[in-house]
Amino acid sequence: MAQKLIVIGAGMASGRMLEHLFERHTDWDVTLFNAEPRGNYNRLMLSPVLSGEKTYEEIVTHDAAWYEGHGVTCRFGEKVAGIDRAAKTVTSETGEVLAYDKLVIATGSNPFIIPLPGHDLEGVIAYRDLEDTNRMIALGEQKGARAVVIGGGLLGLEAAAGLHARGVDVTVVHLMGHLMERQLDEAAGYLLRKELVGRGIKVLCATNSKEILGENGHVTGLALDNGTVLPCDLLVMAVGIRPNVALAQQAGLAVGRGVHVDDQMITSDADILALGECVEHGGALFGLVAPLYDQAKVAAATLSGEEAAFVPRNVSTKLKVTGCDLFSAGDFAEGEDREDIVFRDPARGVYKRLVLQDNRLIGAVMYGDTADGNWFFGLMKEGECIEEMRDTLIFGPAFQGGAAADPLAAVAALADDAEICGCNGICKGTIVKAVQDGAHTLGDVKAITKASNSCGTCTGLVEQVMAVTLGDDFVLPGAQGICGCTDLSHEDVRRLIKSQELKSQPAVWQELGWSTPNGCHVCRPAVNYYLLADWPLDYHDDLQSRFVNERNHANIQKDGTYSVMPRMWGGITTPDELRAIADAADKYKVPTVKVTGGQRIDLLGVRKEDLPAIWYDLNQAGMVSGHAYSKGLRTVKTCVGTDHCRFGTQDSTGLGIKLEKKLWGSWTPHKVKLGVSGCPRNCAEATCKDVGIICVDSGYQVSVAGAAGMEVKETERLVDVPTEAEAIEWTTAFVQLYREQARYLDRPYKWVAKVGLDWVKEVLAEPAERAALNERFEISQSVYRKDPWADHAEHRADLYQPLADITLEAAE
Amino acid sequence: MSWIDIGHIDDVPLRGARLVKTPVGCIAVFRTAEAEVFAAANSCPHKGGPLSEGIVHGRHVTCPLHNWVFSLETGAAQGADEGQIATYPIRLEEGRLLLDAVAVGKRSAA
Repeated sequence: MAQKLIVIGAGMASGRMLEHLFERHTDWDVTLFNAEPRGNYNRLMLSPVLSGEKTYEEIVTHDAAWYEGHGVTCRFGEKVAGIDRAAKTVTSETGEVLAYDKLVIATGSNPFIIPLPGHDLEGVIAYRDLEDTNRMIALGEQKGARAVVIGGGLLGLEAAAGLHARGVDVTVVHLMGHLMERQLDEAAGYLLRKELVGRGIKVLCATNSKEILGENGHVTGLALDNGTVLPCDLLVMAVGIRPNVALAQQAGLAVGRGVHVDDQMITSDADILALGECVEHGGALFGLVAPLYDQAKVAAATLSGEEAAFVPRNVSTKLKVTGCDLFSAGDFAEGEDREDIVFRDPARGVYKRLVLQDNRLIGAVMYGDTADGNWFFGLMKEGECIEEMRDTLIFGPAFQGGAAADPLAAVAALADDAEICGCNGICKGTIVKAVQDGAHTLGDVKAITKASNSCGTCTGLVEQVMAVTLGDDFVLPGAQGICGCTDLSHEDVRRLIKSQELKSQPAVWQELGWSTPNGCHVCRPAVNYYLLADWPLDYHDDLQSRFVNERNHANIQKDGTYSVMPRMWGGITTPDELRAIADAADKYKVPTVKVTGGQRIDLLGVRKEDLPAIWYDLNQAGMVSGHAYSKGLRTVKTCVGTDHCRFGTQDSTGLGIKLEKKLWGSWTPHKVKLGVSGCPRNCAEATCKDVGIICVDSGYQVSVAGAAGMEVKETERLVDVPTEAEAIEWTTAFVQLYREQARYLDRPYKWVAKVGLDWVKEVLAEPAERAALNERFEISQSVYRKDPWADHAEHRADLYQPLADITLEAAE
Repeated sequence: MSWIDIGHIDDVPLRGARLVKTPVGCIAVFRTAEAEVFAAANSCPHKGGPLSEGIVHGRHVTCPLHNWVFSLETGAAQGADEGQIATYPIRLEEGRLLLDAVAVGKRSAA
């Protein structure tokens, strides 16, 4: 005779359990209770229902026919009032008493409602079931509807995105500092927030709610701790769930946070099993679906008298918000014995982080590109040793060809549609075809396909594709490393300094595996620059990593003397300044005084020992270093503009002075020279400068990336702006972008040639981006907009003298 | 041997150098590590660049004028360049820097 099985709760876990049970063709007489007036559906898919991408019908997992076919008596919309363990019966809310041989408790969880004042108002809902979902859908039909979602976790964000898709004005209020803090680290949380904000969802992090406001019993808004009030028509609380243990507790079963079960999913009563979100196993609760399905399998086996044990496993999460590609699995907290591999592509909004411990992958967070998520998850679950493929691990399975040691094999294994150049969207097949059609050098391939023509980080890959295609005909150019100390390229080092937050040179040498104890004359100045540009407040400029001119703030000449050139703002000087320069030239017996192309005066042939004194004298006359020796802002050349010139259209001299006063002292990858001409006659020769501004009647033409050195190149137009303030803002943003992105010793024109002027324009066209660049520039300038001459004359003058002179007491 | 005290090690920046004028010409004192110093001729044999102004890395210095690299242990030019600079005995005693008087052209203390 069939045994009587009663199942309380028709959720995803119990539905799956019944499937497993019926597969075994054992004879059960099943009664299924459900408080919701419907059977099993895929609760995970409520979000697509909310956003309108699916209908409820599409997410039903077991329909009426299925229950009927398996002889399940459905009591949907009917709650169970109590369990009598001694009599082995349950009593329904209608008073009916049913006997069981085995009972399965799958009561799931209840949403946690924060007991804020007003939490019982009409219009305050959780996000748990179809009813909640329908409430939100109905809100979307209301014109101008507003909603607040408390909770920036998985569920809260899905609710917010769904509401937004329904046309509701949504604000997310989240207590923690970044979204989805349980699944994401800060960086991925930041990208997620940026995406949501970009769509028009308001996000408030690190924000406390104080009170829910209402009128006539209906919610009208949420008052925050800081006094702000967010008006709303619906308030969704999605701050977490609590196992629903009331029934089990009442029945006297062992209950902690959830219903206690053993590895067989048996509760403290041998005839009662429990599974799903209501259970506690080994101290853990369960909210994600994968372990629930495992429990279902075990429970079905236990009921069938088979051996099975539930083993908790790692779980992965994907956010079901269309367009937000996000994946998180395992443990990604930082720890001493843990190492990170991080990959970021800011332009594409991609972030990937792998956490390793003992050469095993224990956590992964990915944003923007989650295609390899399941592969990483597999490695994590298997606990596979990743030592062999560590170098290319973050690039995913596509790069793990046969022999891990041979990068060419990995490249050869790539499919034709594998993307090689992310900036330009060039895949392997395109490059192979170009090579087969005769492009045999990197330059040719770049010119034809545009691969590696932008940021350049894929250059190595492009060369490998060429090598695979050409075979022995291809000669790889010399190593791409900065120098002999590292195989890493400038681009790699810049990226890693940022992603790994390396803030000192020893950190770079150590973490990036420098082969020399402390670098060499090639890498040290580059690394020093990258560090001070990326961490202006944390890193201290290292004079011993600077070329002599920058260390001594003067240009060394071939005879070991130096040249001294004070700044003349915008090429304007005064009789007093000229007198001071003349006096200094006399006093320090300067052999040559020269007017330079940058509109200032150079004193050539000063002895090193005299430098602090001559600087002091020039400082006294109000002059500061002209940085004529630095990879930094040199001069801003101007014409006289409207002040005197009958053709001048704007105050070019004034703009030049303002620009110079803003930009001076900043370090850049290579020298930076500006020019401002008052009219298109261009007397300041602005169109061969790094940034050249031509004043016109309607405003300012800002052009960039000119050159007049070993190469001669006319500038290209960046933007036309009507006001002086905008000209300064654009120029500063351009300089800061160059400071942040370019490789050391690339002049702006070289950098722009690599990344493309279109990309620069695209970035700078965004007002928020320009503002952010300006802000970061100012942060850096809070440290570097200072006169190094005054500093050295006051604090370091001794270092300009010999340590000792033992010739004087020469032996008699 | 007699030794001449020329200063304290902290007067020389880490991975930097200072100049000492001696009867045999200018000598550069290099500090390659917290407590490691070398002394060598200041002038590069190539074009006379001041080696005390070069970037100090490992136990090497790079000439600021044309990037010749010299070993501070042997004085030999590294890589493809051929050349040699004189090196001088130097001692570090309780933070004081001592140059060998005879080697730098001073008569031994009489």
